[in-house]
Amino acid sequence: MKAYSIIVLAKQVPDTRNVGKDAMKADGTVNRAALPAIFNPEDLNALEQALRIKDRYPGTTVKILTMGPVRAAEVIREGLYRGADGGILLTDRAFAGSDTLATSYALSQAIKKMGKTDLIIAGRQAIDGDTAQVGPQVAEKLNMLQITYVEEVAELKNDTIILKRRLDRGVETVKCKLPLVMTVNGTAPECRVRNAKLLMQYKRARTITELQRENEDYTHLYNERSDLNIAEWTVNDIETDSSQLGLTGSPTKVKTIVNVVLQAKDSKVISDSDADIENMMIELIDSHVIG
Amino acid sequence: MANFFTDNRELKFHLHHPLMEKIVQLKERDFSFKDEFKFAPFDFEDAMDNYERVLEIAGEICGEIIAPNAESVDADGPQVVDGRVIYAAGTKENLKALSQAGLMGMSLPYKYEGLNFPIVPYIMAADIVSRADAGFVNIWGLQDCAETINEFASDEQKEKYLPRVCRNDTMAMDLTEPDAGSDLQAVQLKATWSEEKKTWLLNGVKRFITNGDGDISLVLARSEPGTKDGRGLSMFIYDKQNGGVTVRRIENKMGIIGSPTCELVFKNAHAELVGSRKLGLIKYVMALMNGARLGIAAQSVGISEAAYREALEYAKERIQFGKSIIRFPAVFEMLSTMKAKLDASRTLLYETARFVDVYKTWQHIAKERTLEKEERDEMKFYQKLADIFTPLVKGMSSEFSNEIAYDAVQIHGGSGFMKDYPVERIYRDARITSIYEGTTQLQVVAAIRGVTTGGYLERIRYYESQKVSPKLEYLKRSLIILTDEYEQAVKKVTSADDNEFVDFHARRLVEMAGHIIMSYLLLNDSNRDEMFLRSTQNYITFAKTQVKAHAEFIRVSELSDLGNYKFEL
Repeated sequence: MKAYSIIVLAKQVPDTRNVGKDAMKADGTVNRAALPAIFNPEDLNALEQALRIKDRYPGTTVKILTMGPVRAAEVIREGLYRGADGGILLTDRAFAGSDTLATSYALSQAIKKMGKTDLIIAGRQAIDGDTAQVGPQVAEKLNMLQITYVEEVAELKNDTIILKRRLDRGVETVKCKLPLVMTVNGTAPECRVRNAKLLMQYKRARTITELQRENEDYTHLYNERSDLNIAEWTVNDIETDSSQLGLTGSPTKVKTIVNVVLQAKDSKVISDSDADIENMMIELIDSHVIG
Repeated sequence: MANFFTDNRELKFHLHHPLMEKIVQLKERDFSFKDEFKFAPFDFEDAMDNYERVLEIAGEICGEIIAPNAESVDADGPQVVDGRVIYAAGTKENLKALSQAGLMGMSLPYKYEGLNFPIVPYIMAADIVSRADAGFVNIWGLQDCAETINEFASDEQKEKYLPRVCRNDTMAMDLTEPDAGSDLQAVQLKATWSEEKKTWLLNGVKRFITNGDGDISLVLARSEPGTKDGRGLSMFIYDKQNGGVTVRRIENKMGIIGSPTCELVFKNAHAELVGSRKLGLIKYVMALMNGARLGIAAQSVGISEAAYREALEYAKERIQFGKSIIRFPAVFEMLSTMKAKLDASRTLLYETARFVDVYKTWQHIAKERTLEKEERDEMKFYQKLADIFTPLVKGMSSEFSNEIAYDAVQIHGGSGFMKDYPVERIYRDARITSIYEGTTQLQVVAAIRGVTTGGYLERIRYYESQKVSPKLEYLKRSLIILTDEYEQAVKKVTSADDNEFVDFHARRLVEMAGHIIMSYLLLNDSNRDEMFLRSTQNYITFAKTQVKAHAEFIRVSELSDLGNYKFEL
């Protein structure tokens, strides 16, 4: 039976589901201090899909890749508590201010360094940005197949995978070859709970920077126990073109932020014909949604 | 996210009792497991941190999965299909989550894949699981039986069965039969040794067996043909994988509906003997029952917590006569008494769990090495306390859970009588706690020794000797007066030198001791944390009324009056 090598892309996000009065600052930016940092919910759905493959195919490895400040290492620990084999924290000032394009560039360069990968699984989107762009962009940059909105892995045999996608008007079953990038929908099964023993084992897992900051009493431990060391990569650990990183590499410029009350209106179905897409673009530009 | 551990500060308080340092050190054998098991703690703080974090997982599962499933589990219940139990969908989901979380063999040793937790954090998990769904805790909590295997079975049996429990096998204890309920000496299920098959074979019927279709069962059976009493009974392990037992039916119950109560038919079921023949009832079942009684006490406390919270929330929200009903003295008094009883039964629960922890751990250590005299003395000291506190906490907390659930329905008024609110289910679930694993009346039979031998009084005097802050002294003084009344009542009853007279007043005496003990425990809790102050004051007021009423009954009671109570005999 084949064992797979899986990378789960995960993001630590402010918990926008429990927004209080002070969630936004006066200037319209998110007040991160007022919101607890959590594992992006759909990334947990993604992790569950990876762990299910690991349950079925022993020897499969599941690694978590996350980019963010040092405290985002918590996402990797949360993954370890649930059965992930390890993870890499990508952290550097050079990545600060990344939009989706710069993020997916940094992630894809890290993935290249992580070696042969059969499956990259990400949540559909993060609850802070709601763009749903990073997964697909990573696939493009790595020149890999991508399947979005996955709800279930119906079958996996050698290098062939059959997936069920949750779409607006039904479920689509697709079959394709690995390697593959897939993004997982929030309607997929929830992630399993943390396991007591794994938590007891990995609660002290730290990245090097965390260790230096915490001034832990158990320093000798980290020399003896490799399982407690979380890999921390900076910009120097991966091959990058600095013009594509961070703010410089981010074409997205925020002009203003306004509070929008979402109203449920009729949805409009646009086919994939060139005419329909062109009409949609014109409509969006006219209404200044883009451009 | 709802979390039944972190939303309840009282739990963390009880977890961090000063005696835990000793318990953890013994349980972790001076922290010597850390080299062999990567998840074993390095020191006391590390172990306590593990317990807290793991209880947080349990609390999350309870708040997010088990409690939301409780209503559908109660409505659907389990079913019997082709002689097998099929759990309700919610029950399956609950079990899956707890087994993924690795919470199926919490107190078993590391080498059998357990978490090696003391009884205290295990009972705390039972407390919160019961709050989430009192019926479900029966299935999960039967991991208690594994402790009996760990205590009395052979190494080979332990290696075979205990890791399975830790992975996800459920358990059952098959004791009761149609003609052997409270009186287990009458058990008739036959165990015969088959020379041909080289195994014990079980034949007969068991009844009222909780989770009777569990994977691994401990079975009490008559191995000595011709005997009629408890000395002819032995304990067996039945492994469902071997077959031979079918579920004839499940009971249609008032409460704890999610927990399948089975009638089992044994037909040449293969079984393994546990320990020695003839010790089934007199030694092993007694140990099993003590563990189970502590579990029911935890279940009672969890139910009380659930009932109190439902009532409190409703009383705040329900507006009548232009204000929340909690503002009416009739309601706020009821609620504060419920809270006082809840806090009182919980502090007694964890006190008892600590006693059990210390002596059981010494018992296990005694199998590894010879104990020093002080160690042996300490083991015996705590064993005696556990023996008299276990029936006390089971009896008192289960009666309290019924009273609290009753009042919770009352506070809901007509709505509480409807299935629209969870209190209706909680009320039904509470009812069994004072019946199974020995009725309250039977707990009194076990607990009365604590009265007649002076065991309770000795412990009360110890609590009395504990220093409390000056502002709490007045409460202690009133407890000293109550203790005098208790002593006089005991003297009056025992000096009649008549067993029936003692039996007649036994429940009153046990309750008097119970009220005083719980008052002292609350007083000492208040001394450590002011959050218990109101409950302490209210409970002591309540205790006074109860102790004085019993004292008065006993004061005017004469041996010759007993006839008045026997007119229907």
